[in-house]
Parts: sequence; C-alpha cells; structure tokens
Amino acid sequence: MSNGNMNLTLKVWRQKNAQTAGKFVSYKAENISPDMSFLEMLDVVNESLTHKGDEPINFDHDCREGICGMCSLYINGHPHGPKRGVTTCQLHMRTFHDGETITIEPWRAEAFPIVKDLAVDRSAFDRIQQAGGYVSVNTGGVPDGNAIPIPKVIADEAFNSATCIGCGACVAACKNASAMLFVSAKITQLGLLPQGQPERYRRVQSMVAQMDEEGFGNCTNTGACEAECPKEIKLTNIARMNNDYFSAKLFRQEEIHEQNH
Amino acid sequence: MSEFKQTFNSSLGKKLIMALTGLFLCTFLIVHVGGNLLLFNNDNGFSFNVYANFLTHFPPIEVIAYLLYLSILVHALYGLILTVKNRKARPVGYAVATKSDASWSSKNMGLLGSILFLFIVIHMGDFWYRYHNDKNMGFKEYRTDLATGVTTVADYTPANAEFSHSVATENNVEIVRVKDLHTRVATSFSNIIYVLFYVIAMGAVAFHLLHGFQSAFRTLGWVHRKYTPIVYFIGTWLFAVIIPLAFAAMPVYYYYLSTQGAH
Amino acid sequence: MTLDAKIPQGPLAEKWSKHKFDLKLVNPANKRKYDIIVVGTGLAGASAAATLGELGYNVKAYCFQDSPRRAHSIAAQGGINAAKNYQNDGDSVFRLFYDTIKGGDYRAREANVYRLAEVSVNIIDQCVAQGVPFAREYGGLLDNRSFGGSQVSRTFYARGQTGQQLLLGAYSALNRQIHAGKVKMYTRHEMLDVVTIDGHAKGIVTRNMLTGAIDTHAAHAVLLCTGGYSNVFYLSTNAIGSNVTAAWRAHKRGALFANPCYTQIHPTCIPVTGDHQSKLTLMSESLRNDGRVWAPKTAAIAEQLRKGTLKADQVKEDDRDYFLERKYPAFGNLVPRDVASRNAKEMVEEGKGVGGSGFAVFLDFADAIKRLGEETVAAKYGNLFDMYYQITNENPYKQPMRIYPAVHYTMGGLWVDYNLSTTIPGLYALGECNFSDHGANRLGASALMQGLSDGYFVIPYTLGDYLAKIGPKKVDTSHPAFEQTKQDVIAHVNKLLALKGNKTVNEYHRELGHIIWEYCGMARTDAGLRKAKGLIQALKADFWKNAIVTGENEEVNASLERAGRVADFIELGELMIDDALMRKESCGGHFRVESQTADGEALRDDENFAFVAAWEFKGENQPEELHKEPLTFEAVHLSQRNYA
Repeated sequence: MSNGNMNLTLKVWRQKNAQTAGKFVSYKAENISPDMSFLEMLDVVNESLTHKGDEPINFDHDCREGICGMCSLYINGHPHGPKRGVTTCQLHMRTFHDGETITIEPWRAEAFPIVKDLAVDRSAFDRIQQAGGYVSVNTGGVPDGNAIPIPKVIADEAFNSATCIGCGACVAACKNASAMLFVSAKITQLGLLPQGQPERYRRVQSMVAQMDEEGFGNCTNTGACEAECPKEIKLTNIARMNNDYFSAKLFRQEEIHEQNH
Repeated sequence: MSEFKQTFNSSLGKKLIMALTGLFLCTFLIVHVGGNLLLFNNDNGFSFNVYANFLTHFPPIEVIAYLLYLSILVHALYGLILTVKNRKARPVGYAVATKSDASWSSKNMGLLGSILFLFIVIHMGDFWYRYHNDKNMGFKEYRTDLATGVTTVADYTPANAEFSHSVATENNVEIVRVKDLHTRVATSFSNIIYVLFYVIAMGAVAFHLLHGFQSAFRTLGWVHRKYTPIVYFIGTWLFAVIIPLAFAAMPVYYYYLSTQGAH
Repeated sequence: MTLDAKIPQGPLAEKWSKHKFDLKLVNPANKRKYDIIVVGTGLAGASAAATLGELGYNVKAYCFQDSPRRAHSIAAQGGINAAKNYQNDGDSVFRLFYDTIKGGDYRAREANVYRLAEVSVNIIDQCVAQGVPFAREYGGLLDNRSFGGSQVSRTFYARGQTGQQLLLGAYSALNRQIHAGKVKMYTRHEMLDVVTIDGHAKGIVTRNMLTGAIDTHAAHAVLLCTGGYSNVFYLSTNAIGSNVTAAWRAHKRGALFANPCYTQIHPTCIPVTGDHQSKLTLMSESLRNDGRVWAPKTAAIAEQLRKGTLKADQVKEDDRDYFLERKYPAFGNLVPRDVASRNAKEMVEEGKGVGGSGFAVFLDFADAIKRLGEETVAAKYGNLFDMYYQITNENPYKQPMRIYPAVHYTMGGLWVDYNLSTTIPGLYALGECNFSDHGANRLGASALMQGLSDGYFVIPYTLGDYLAKIGPKKVDTSHPAFEQTKQDVIAHVNKLLALKGNKTVNEYHRELGHIIWEYCGMARTDAGLRKAKGLIQALKADFWKNAIVTGENEEVNASLERAGRVADFIELGELMIDDALMRKESCGGHFRVESQTADGEALRDDENFAFVAAWEFKGENQPEELHKEPLTFEAVHLSQRNYA
C-alpha cells in the first residue's frame, strides 16, 4: 500500500474560536494519492501536524459517504469543492492536479458563526426545522400506511426535496447567504404529501419567520444554491415556498396560534 | 393590518414587493417602447408630440404615471434595503470569489439597478421635468389638410403662458398645437456622450430584465413545468433583447440623423 | 449475579400484549415530574426522545454531532422490514419472526424477536404519517422489495436512502417536542460516564465539545441509544465518530456487555486503496443478483493484475475461478453474507487478491451486460455503478468491480432484559447499542426496524413501569455521586491530555483495527485469538505511554475526543477476543475455524453454546466475568444452515 505522488499547497483558514480573529496558514500536503478523499488528504496533513506537536486543523465530518451533511469546506471558490453533486467527503484528490494550491475556507455567513478553524455552527438550521418542519402526529394512533394512496410522481417529487442533508452548502454558495433552498426543501416535501396538508400554511409561516430571525439573506434567484447543492435540490422548491407563504399570508383566513412553551 | 405589515417586513414579503413593482415596470416598458416607436415616424414629430401630450393630459394615465414613479422609488428603495440586509448576512467574505454557476446578471442586479436608477433620474430630468416645467420649451403647430392628408409644421408661440395645447379644425384643415418634445429629443440625441450613455443604460436594462423578469415569477411562486419556459422565452427575447434594442435604436437613429444634417 | 430476562409468561404471540397490560402506568399528570435522559439521536434515540416527550415526560437528549439529524442511522441504504403482507405473498408476523431468528443462527431471544416482528407493522404506519416519502407504485400504494434471508417481499424503502428518510422523520418528531419545550436538546455533547446512586442510574456526565465544560445531568432514567461499535475495526462502514464510549463507560459502571464477538461483515464493499483510507463504503448486496464473483486461478496472474500489467477483462475464461459458483453450486453468488465474505478472504490469503492493494476480488457484470444489455443493468444498478465510479475512477461497465468485505454492524451490545433495561436499574439500551434482537447475525433491513421499534413502541411502555415503581421524587445533581463521577471523568480527561508521546491516536486505532480484523474478523482460531489478546494488551500499555494528544480541554479538541474513544475501543477489543475465545462454536457472524462442517460451513454447538454471553467488568486490567443467559426455543426448531 503505497502513498501517492501528488504534492499540494493548502491555504487553510485557522481560527481558534468565534471570539478570536482568524488567518490563512499555508501547509504542504505531500505524497497525496489521487485515490484519497479530500478529507483523507486533510487527515494526512493533520497526522503530520500532530507528530510535530502542532494543533491539527479542525473540520466537521462524520459519515464520509455523503449523507450525514456534517462535512463542509469552501474549496477554491466552491462549497464542497469543484465537482458537482458531491460532498467534500466524496471529493477525490484526482479532481486536483499535482502542484496545485488549494484554498480552504469555512462556510461564511452571519448565521453560521465559526466554531473553530473550518467548522461552523449550523444550529440555525435546527431551529428552523424546530419551528415547524414536521407533521404534528404523536406516536401511535395513525392510519394504516396504505390508507391514503399517494401518486407515485408526488411521492417521488417529495422524496427529491427530502434528500436535503442540511449541510449548508446552499447558504455558503449564495451571494446573499440565503437559506431559502434549505427551508423550502422541507416545506415542499411536506407540502406535497397529503400528510403535510393540515399544517401546510401554518408551517410555511413559522419556518420563514424563524429563518428571518436567524439572519440569513434574501433569495435573489441566482441559482448558485442549486448548482452547488450536493443533493441537487431544485430551485423550484423556493418558488413553491413563496407560493405557499403568500397564499398563507394574503389569502388564507386562519390565524396561526403559537403553541405555548 | 399588523399582519400585512409583518408580511411585507418579512424576507419573502420584501421580495414580493420587488417582484410586483418590477413586473409593473416591465409592463410599462412595453407601453413606453410602443409609444416611442413614433419617433421613427418621419413626420417632424407630429405623432410623437401628440402622444406625449396625450400621456400627460389624460387623467387615468396620469394616475398610472404616479403609480409608476412610486414603483420606481419603492423598487429602488427595497432593492437597497435587501442589498444591505444581504451584505449583513455575510459580514466576512471569501478569499476566493465564488465560482458557483450563476448567471452574471443574477449576481449583479444591484449594480445594474443602480445604473438604471441613475439613468432614470437623468432621463426624467431631461424629458419629463423639462416637459412639465421648462418655460422655454417651444411649441409646434401642425396643419393637416384633411382633403389631401398633407401635414405642414411650423413653430408656434402661445399667446399666454398657461397654454398647453389645442386642437381645432378650420376650413377642412386640422390645426394641432402642442409642446415640442420632439425637438428636445433630437437635440439631446445629437450629443454622442448622451447617446452612448443611453445605449449603455439599455444594456443594463437588458441584463437587469434577463434575470429580473423570470426571477419575479419565481418570487411570486409562479413556476410551472409547462409555463415557466414561456416566461423564460418572453423574459429573454422580449425584455432582454427586443425592448432594449428598440430603445437603444432611438438615440442611435437620431444621432445618425443629426450627422446627416437632416434636422 | 443471575440474569433475569423478565420474559413474560404465556404463548409467544400473546406475551407482548399481556406484558403491556401488566406494566404499571404513570398517571398523565405525574409524567411531567419525571426527567429522562436520552443519549444519541439516531433512529432509536430520536424516536424514544420524541415519543417520551409526547407522553409528557421531560426529556434531555444528547448527541456528539452538531445536529441530531446527523446520527449514523442516516446512512442506511436498503430498507426496513415490516410484516405488512401488502404483497399477499404469504408474509406474517410469525414468518418475519422466524426468518429473523433463523437468520440470527438461533442465538437471539424468541420473545424479543417476536415482539419486534409484531410492532414492525406500526413503524411503517407511523413513518408514513410523519411524511416519510417511501417508494410507491403507480396506484399510489407502498412499494416493497425483497431482501436476503427471506422469501417474501416485505422491505419498505425510499430509494437508496431509507435510513436517511426514517431518521429525518424521527428527527422531525423530535423537533416538534423541542419546539414544545418537552425535549431539551444538547448537541456537541459527548457522554463520558453514567452516575449511579444506590445501584440505580440517575444521570450522566458529559463533555461540552465546544467549551470543554464537564457537566453532570440528573434524571430518573437514562437511555443509551448510542449505536454499535464497528469502528473497533478502524475501517468499517460506520461514521468516523461512531464509538462505543457511552456503552463502554456504562459497562464499567456495572452494565453487562453481551456477545461482543458477534459482528457482521458485509461482502460487497469498495476495497481499501491504501493506509490513508479512513472508512469503507458499502454497496447494496443486491449486486450479487447479477454480478459474478471471481478471482484469478493462480497467484501469478493475480500478481500481474496487481501490478497493472494485465487488465481484468484480458484474463482468459480458463484462468478465472468463479469460486462461489464452484463451491456452492446451488446458491452460487447468492450465498449468505458471512459465507461470501469468508471465501473472498481465503482467496486473498492464497495470494489471489487483486487491485493495487491485493485486498479484493472481482464482481463481474460482463455476462449480465451481454445477457440483459447495458441499459437494463444500468436501470437496476446505475446508482451503485456511479458511486463505484466516483470512488474508484473505474468504469464498472467496462472493467469488473473490485470488492472486499467490510464490517458494518455489531449484533453484540449492552445486555438488556425484555424491558430493554441493562443490569443497572434505570439504565436502558436501545437499538444497535443493545444486543437483543439479531442473535449472531442480522438480516438485511432489520436494523432500522429494531431501532424504531425500541424507540417508538417498546420503551414508552417499559420505562413507565420502572418510573411508576421508583416514584416521581425529584432527582438533582446535589448527591455526592455526581461530583464523584465528574471528578473521575476529569481525571480520565487529564490523563489523556497528559499523553505527549510519539504516536498519534489514529495510528493506535489503525493498529487495533488490524489486530481485530486479522484475528477476530471473518475467521477466528484459538491460537490467533490468544495471540491477538497479547497484542491488544501490549497495544493498550503502549497507548497509555506513547500516544500523542494535542491541545487542551477548554476548547474544541478533536484529538482529545478521538483519544478517549480509541482508549475505550482498545478495552472493548480485548473483551471481544475473550468472548470469541470462549465461544468455541461457529454461529452467524462468528466463525471459529475449529467448528465447521465437512463443507466448511459454520457449525453451531447448541448443546454447549445456546446462551447469551454477558460479561461483567471486574476492575481495570482484571479478567471480566462471564454470565450465561440460557436461550430456550419453543416456537422454532433449531437446524443447521446449508447452502451448498
């Protein structure tokens, strides 16, 4: 098992925590195999830093198969790197060439404060989901799974929206740091399915309100989010969200009553 | 009422305002370009001057005009508010500029909009303001022989300062006396700097609408597998190509005429 | 200590209903007086936390990830079983029960497995109601696919992302309770110990992974839903962060650990490319329906293939050994996971392994493409082929895939009784974290089923019984046991931080993985296991002398987190070896070379080993004590597996 022969220069953002200032630090990544994933390349760099007694580079990662949404990294001007439809953990070093300089930055957004180095705090996403990204059913007492037939095309479309992994690449890519692709994906998934209908208009209002509170920017339909989304969530989700929101706000009669905390 | 306030203060509400005012301005452009095509009528500005007079003296149009001015201001103001808010959403930028796939125009709506706003101020100052307030703007008298249909033109000096326009028929000759905006147009467009500015501004219109028209539909939530391609088609060909080209052709044409010494 | 599994009396099919009636209830008005801690937010944890919140308990949930949605349940691909019999193909609760017991090679409890099959149908209904977009047929009804180890179609799925969709469903239910204030969520918190008072679990100690703060949390009961320990192998299909720490620290506080040597190895994973490899990626075993597994007939040809002087498609038909078809003519490439895995390992050991590393065999689709056409093959396996191409940069339509087995599930775990209670009263274990339902081998599409069954439909009943018995008296962290446990944790953390040696934690982890994989992987021998035990003990001693842990506690410190987990994995590794040594029979995922049939199949020894092996911690560096829970079978007849 031999190592590879790629040598790269990394410009990595290092920042101890949200309170301190950060800066770029250059590292050499040597003997990199083109078969390595991007994160494995960072592992190699970190191993050598550790051997030298230096602090390894901190980055978020977990499943390393593109589904948990934990990894991030803004690589050479692209969230999750230059390859389409993959997360950083699925990006292989063969995408780069020997001698290349790679700039690695954290997601940049007011709503995603830096935790350390390349890791950011994405709890804003959780709070948006908590505001209404669910169907209010308790465990038990639900109808049979086949009680309500759902047209296959609707189920498939809902699935396409439901594949969002909550990584935040849409926010990172958007010039306005808007979270609308993320928010609209959940609204669309549940808005399409019959199970989501009873709370459809209530949900869109509470989720959008929370999104605004978190300090994300506004969508200007540039489509950068769609281009960078590792799960290729479509921009049409945002249009659906808008439609539901305006219906709810301008045409529906019911008021939303917030649950008591 | 507070619910409406809340709605329009939300991110989506602000976008809705942008979309609605934007689309309203788009419809205005159609009317505006249609009317201005009269500039290409080789009639010494007869039809154009009559049209300008009609626009400023027909009450429903006047109401719409004020709605239009309001739309421009609101569109610009909300654009500014949204831009400031969007900048705040990313206080620390990237070292490597984003290479994400997104059209140039979609990423530069603020810049394009600013150019357009500057253009509108100058354009309205030059034509709209002068038309309404410039006491030195001349009048023309068009005499049309109803039997032959031949129109002759002459300068006209009103008897009193309050005069705006008149239409009368004497001896089978129709006499129309109106403010002469047409000469103002011709004078302005004989200046090459002015012409260039107009052409650049129309380029800005093209790119602004290339993104803006379809984007407004997205913002309104009107996206449909079958109809959205039509929206794209109209947004591209009508609003980003035909209309800006037609507008840009006017200064160019008048500049060309001025170099030919026809005026 | 005697192990009482608390299995209810009565006929198998009525046990759960009867038990539910016999369990004490907590009055609705009293529920809010109880605090419950849930550690881990995968399928088991999220579903339990949400459901307990709905019932009115005050729940505190913890996860080490930055969001509960990222737990590794999310990576499950294939599907979830349920005895719905929507396909009218003869499925029933009993058949699902039977398949699961048999698939587990008769090393699981009948009563638990029957309950699992029974509640499986409710899971599907629940998930549909939450808005989980399961695959559907054109008529709008739920679609099913078939899976290994059964003859009916009972697997519900959401493309290749069933785990993700089910977890997001549970996560949404959890979010609803967080919003309602019934669940308080602690993300980026790692549980480092259990606090016990008078033998009952009353809380936990956590480390805040952002600030390093070590805090105590009190509750009337603690639920561990912390997943499996496949990462003891270093390379597995688990997430990098998946660890045994919570379960292991509970074990060291008195919870018995059952059947640690039962691990499952999946045959169709993408092979390792080098030492840099950090994890393995699984490809659905459905590939074996059309792919043919082969290795070169001679080591010489394999050598050429490894060097790249010969391409796989240039190897002559006569030089290929379709070893599964040759050895198992009846089942061919479709033999069970353990058999396929073991045979691939044999090929590699005979020097016939391929790929750069030599740790791979071929899975060839050339015949299938010839027979069905590339289009049909693409329609069936396109997404898997794409995934393979993305990782390896090799086109599987042109060159055969290279595959090698990888660890991806651990059947062993904390010992629990029928109520999911560990041997520490008040401490429960749910999902992969416990040992209860899969015996010595888990069937495909059953892991998701168990996690959700435990969380949605079992614990809400069984926990109430315990809570009703102990009463709602307030628990807080003022008891000295909390401070004591906290000090223990701080001491452990400081001990780790003091390590300033010359070898990284990752290097120790990789070494541990090599040992376990080599001696306690697909085939285990007495001599090998004894050797491994010595190696692990030496590794442990070396770790505490020469490991490097950088940074300090009061910051984000991945090095420290990793060190604590690897230290626990090393200890668990030794217990796995002990367990594998003790169990001289072969069963399911545990293959003892000494115990095989004439055909080389796993040979069980029901007379001597029909028991659950539950190990009790007896102190640092002391041998653990074995407790046996006998397994009795009333509804099924024990038989020998035969696939030849």
